[in-house]
Formats: sequence, C-alpha cells, structure tokens
Amino acid sequence: MLTIGDKQFNSRLFLGTGKYPDFDTQKAAVDVSETDVLTFSVRRMNIFEPSQPNFLEKLDVEQYSLLPNTAGAKTAQEAVRTAKLANASGLCDMVKVEVIGCDKTLLPDPVETLKATEELVKEGYTVLTYTSDDVVLAQKLEEAGAHAVMPGASPIGSGQGIINPLNLSLIVEQANVPVIVDAGIGSPQDVVTAMELGSDGVLLNSAVSAAADPVKMSEAMKLAVKSGRLGYEAGRIPKKRYATASSPMEGISV
Amino acid sequence: MLELTVNGNRTQVPEHVKTISDVKQHFHIENQAMIVEHNGEILDKSAHTEQEVADGDKVELVQFVGGG
Repeated sequence: MLTIGDKQFNSRLFLGTGKYPDFDTQKAAVDVSETDVLTFSVRRMNIFEPSQPNFLEKLDVEQYSLLPNTAGAKTAQEAVRTAKLANASGLCDMVKVEVIGCDKTLLPDPVETLKATEELVKEGYTVLTYTSDDVVLAQKLEEAGAHAVMPGASPIGSGQGIINPLNLSLIVEQANVPVIVDAGIGSPQDVVTAMELGSDGVLLNSAVSAAADPVKMSEAMKLAVKSGRLGYEAGRIPKKRYATASSPMEGISV
Repeated sequence: MLELTVNGNRTQVPEHVKTISDVKQHFHIENQAMIVEHNGEILDKSAHTEQEVADGDKVELVQFVGGG
C-alpha cells in the first residue's frame, strides 16, 4: 500500500495518458496496468474543431485518482493557475507540479518548482513535485510540504533510464515522503532498478504509450514494479569480489 | 456584435451571446466537459448560466488532455 498525503493506492505504478496511438489502445494499456493514478494535462479546447474526441470519454475516470500536471508552465504563477483550473473540474485535488526551465532538455526550473510547491501546499492541495535528481532540492521540496517528490530518472521522454542511481538512492534514503520516479524510464529493467533502489513508485508515459505494443509493455511495467518492490523488501545479497559456493564443501565424493 | 478573446483568439460573437453558457453554445461545445476562466476568474460550473459576458472580455475554455 502506497500512502501519499491522505490518499492510499494499491498500485505503485502511475500512468500518463499522452501519446497513445489511439484511445482504444490507451484504455487497454490502462486496464492491464492495474494503476490507480492517471496523469493528464490541462489545455485550451479547440473551439474551431469541437468534435475531436476527449481521452476521458473512453476511461471510467471514477475508477482512478486523477493527477493533473502543470506541464506548459514556466513560472510558479502559471503552475498554480493550471492547478486551480484542474481543481475546478471537481475531479481531483492532487497536482503534479511541473515547471519547465529549459525547452531543449525539459529539465525543471528548481526555483519556480519550489515556489509553486510552497504555494499549492498552502492552498491545501496534495502536491507531488516533479524535480531533477538533485538531492538537496528534494529535501527542500519536502520541507516546503510536498506530499511526494518525483525525481526524473533522465530527461522527459528520453528513455535513457536512471542516469544517476547514486543521487536517486540518496534521495530515497533521506526522504520522509514517498519518492516516485518520474520521466526518462525506457524499459522494465529501468523500473526494476528504480524500485530496487527503494523508490515508492514510478510514473510512466512514453515508455508505455510509445512502445511498439503499448498494452504488452504496460503489463511488463506492472510486473517490473511488483518485482522490483518485492526485491527491495526482500533485501538483496551484498556483492562480493569472489565466489561463495552454494553447495556444501563437506562430503564431496571423489 | 460583441468582441471576445476566446482561448487567445479575438472573435466576434452575435449580440444574443450574453452568458458563458451562450458562448459554449456558440462554439457548439456545450455538451463537453470543460473548465472556464472569465477575465482571470475561474468559474464554478454552476455559474456558467448566470455569468454575463461583455465586449472586450477574455474567456478561457480548457479541458483535460492526455499527458504525463
């Protein structure tokens, strides 16, 4: 069971809803993931082409906790506004703070991210903050009241996996709130690594939605989350330089 | 005619468009789920039928889309 603020989730896999080939594939991938939390974005409606289908139409949103992101925001003020717009839907009181500071790398702006987190915590939201893998910043976000910190494994959509496992493990070690690895995951192996390092969950989007078979990848990711978590809880053996026999050394018949 | 800025587009709407609900109908989106911001103020859903629009107003109509 994963607890974030006053919310509890059975699944440690959060799933994004962007870039699926079609809504039916998206629904099938979401179903098979057994996720409890879906992320989405807030955007202007296309008033000149109103008949375009909406991704929520295919999903029974009542089944899920909805986690709107503030993607598109470049300042704390913009992020707070987006969070309020999402909240006005009456469908959610969680928010994923995401304030991008660089268009090329899509890395977060640490100063504005911290400000937005402070403000939204004051406003009473359940705040999950997307951050770089900066250990000190993760600590500051927690002090600001973030209900979870979401360090990126590597740049958004890059699929590069966990490029700084040391930082991630330091963030996990110091954190008193859940750590959800967000962004940059490419494969189930990356997910297992994140979970074995002690992360409390992962948020995936492109790794599933842009896979050759998103539904199959969704299942693979679900199993990877479970496997990695079980491995973490079970406690792996320490690495040793030389062999240690697993068969008895006594009674060898020669 | 009335000039409104809707989702960043300056647009003319007929005189009979008097409320936010009328704006939604004008763009044929009255049956879609959306959140409305009127001159920087986020509106409760229940206020859409009452909230009047005037020449020069800014209206933002937003919805949830796929994202990560």
